[in-house]
Amino acid sequence: MQDGSGHSIAVDGNKFHSSIHGSLECANCHAMIKGYPHPDKVTPVQCSTCHTEEAAGLAGSVHSASAEHPCTSCHGNAHEIFPKTDVRSAVYPLNVPRTCGTCHGTEGMAKRHGLDGVYSSYIDSIHGFALSKEGLLVAANCQSCHGSHKILSRKNPESATNKKNIPETCGKCHAGITAEYVGGVHGKLVAAGNFKAPVCSDCHTAHAILQPTESEFRMQSTPICGNCHTEKFSTYRDTFHSQLGSLGGYVETARCWDCHGAHDVLPASDPRSPIAPGNLVKTCGRCHAGANASFVQYQPHANAHNRKLNPALYYVTLFMNLLLAGVLTFFVIHTILWLIRSRYDQIKRKAAEGGKHA
Amino acid sequence: MPDQEKLMQEGAAPGRFFTRFTREQRYLHAVLFSTFLGLAATGLPMRFSQSFWARQFASHVGGFGTIIFFHKFFALALTLAFLVHLKEIVQRGVIRREKGIFWGSTSMVANWKDVKDILGHLRWMIGLGPKPQFGRYAYWEKFDYWAVFWGMLVIGFSGYAMWFAPFFAMFLPGWALNAVLVIHSEEGLLAILFIFSIHFVNTHLRPDTFPMDMVVFTGVESEEEFKHKRPMEYERLAREGKLESRLGTPAPSWLVNFFRVVGFTAILIGLTLLVLTLSAYFS
Repeated sequence: MQDGSGHSIAVDGNKFHSSIHGSLECANCHAMIKGYPHPDKVTPVQCSTCHTEEAAGLAGSVHSASAEHPCTSCHGNAHEIFPKTDVRSAVYPLNVPRTCGTCHGTEGMAKRHGLDGVYSSYIDSIHGFALSKEGLLVAANCQSCHGSHKILSRKNPESATNKKNIPETCGKCHAGITAEYVGGVHGKLVAAGNFKAPVCSDCHTAHAILQPTESEFRMQSTPICGNCHTEKFSTYRDTFHSQLGSLGGYVETARCWDCHGAHDVLPASDPRSPIAPGNLVKTCGRCHAGANASFVQYQPHANAHNRKLNPALYYVTLFMNLLLAGVLTFFVIHTILWLIRSRYDQIKRKAAEGGKHA
Repeated sequence: MPDQEKLMQEGAAPGRFFTRFTREQRYLHAVLFSTFLGLAATGLPMRFSQSFWARQFASHVGGFGTIIFFHKFFALALTLAFLVHLKEIVQRGVIRREKGIFWGSTSMVANWKDVKDILGHLRWMIGLGPKPQFGRYAYWEKFDYWAVFWGMLVIGFSGYAMWFAPFFAMFLPGWALNAVLVIHSEEGLLAILFIFSIHFVNTHLRPDTFPMDMVVFTGVESEEEFKHKRPMEYERLAREGKLESRLGTPAPSWLVNFFRVVGFTAILIGLTLLVLTLSAYFS
């Protein structure tokens, strides 16, 4: 059966009756159609007549343009809508990424909104894996963080993905970690309104979240701390920890958070901090069996260019550099002169021998 | 083509050959350069771990774990060779009281003549004087020896201090644990740059010896070469009537060719590492 413009208007009665709206009469929704034959032009069904709360949320959201984002774009065929706990539903947790990905996974749409790669990043993330491979209903899907109807831009302070609200958003699932974070220096700074301090997504990213104990994250994530802690990062780079760590195959080497803690980062002056003087033997000893009080005098961020902070290291480095430069300079000059003179003598000798034979 | 090489190729060479290095000394040099190449090849990726080639190398050999395993292996082998050498010095110089080990014209220890030779050699290079007459070991050869000697002590000590840091921390101050890495890597870098540029050219690639001085492999050199390179030593032996006691037999040509392959391989590896080092150092 087709309408005037050739579109099918057939409804699968069985599916409709098993759907969430199955107990309704056609006219409950199609209230404008009074008789038969139907008028050529019918006004669209208004879901908002019943779903007032959802409609209100949607109206203020990034999806507010209803012509572009009708309810059916997420919920699917209007006559086959199932409750979100039903595996057939387009908004069943395990189906949400695919549903959102219909638009957000396409290149044109993602580029237009500056959301390049969010879908593919999510699918390859620890959340995406838990959801698609393990089928974990509790794994975060798109709407766990972004909400469903009232999705707001992260620039909006009310948005669940606004920087200020991210610890709370992640904390809905990661309650223990968030409690640690809130007690650490970063959490306190953010709570005090200093948004230069990192929230969860600054270190873990928003969509491409990796398992932090695995090598991929350990190999690529020290520069994240280095974004803000530039000087500490550069001095770390000078140490054996970093030299080893950069080469792979040995991911155990100390990264920032192995010594400083990850979520409950505390200053060395706090006795609870793993880098507090009293805790160093234990902290270093986690990797270095036999670490003792003298061993932990090692400075993991020594700066060889800072005479005031690290005088001994400064002079050792200076001496070694002078030795290197001095020896090489002398011998490079010595060797070049020697080469020239030897070659000169050789040519002269050959010329003399040639003269003799002639 | 240098005379020695010409003679070697003809197999049973006409003329006399004289021993310059004992079998032990040649073995020592072989162990030294092969472990040194190994240490350089495994040390440089750690020193320049941010460079592209270091990461490529690491990912192909199984990462840092493999690299440090071989670094330590070569370090142990070189330490052993160093101890054997020390034992030999003590045996020859102290126990057997052999003359000329610690002082004199046959010793590795620097003396006043070396100072005069350096200045004289430099004067000769710029055309201001005659070429100095070198003895058994010329000053640059003594420098090579002591650079390696000092280098092994310094690099070895700082290396073991890192390997067994908690143990060394019992009697070293805290800052020393920071300093050992700087010392180890800078001294290692110096050794690598020196050996792969200065030593290669001075000993092998300069016109007098080009392309390779085989004496450290075969142990012998022709009479002509001996006279030309170390006239003082030759005259002294002739005067003392000891020339005959130093006569040696030239190596068969197949062995010389084998040594040549080994030597050129070593030089090629060294030059490759030199290019990689310089590219990483200046990038």
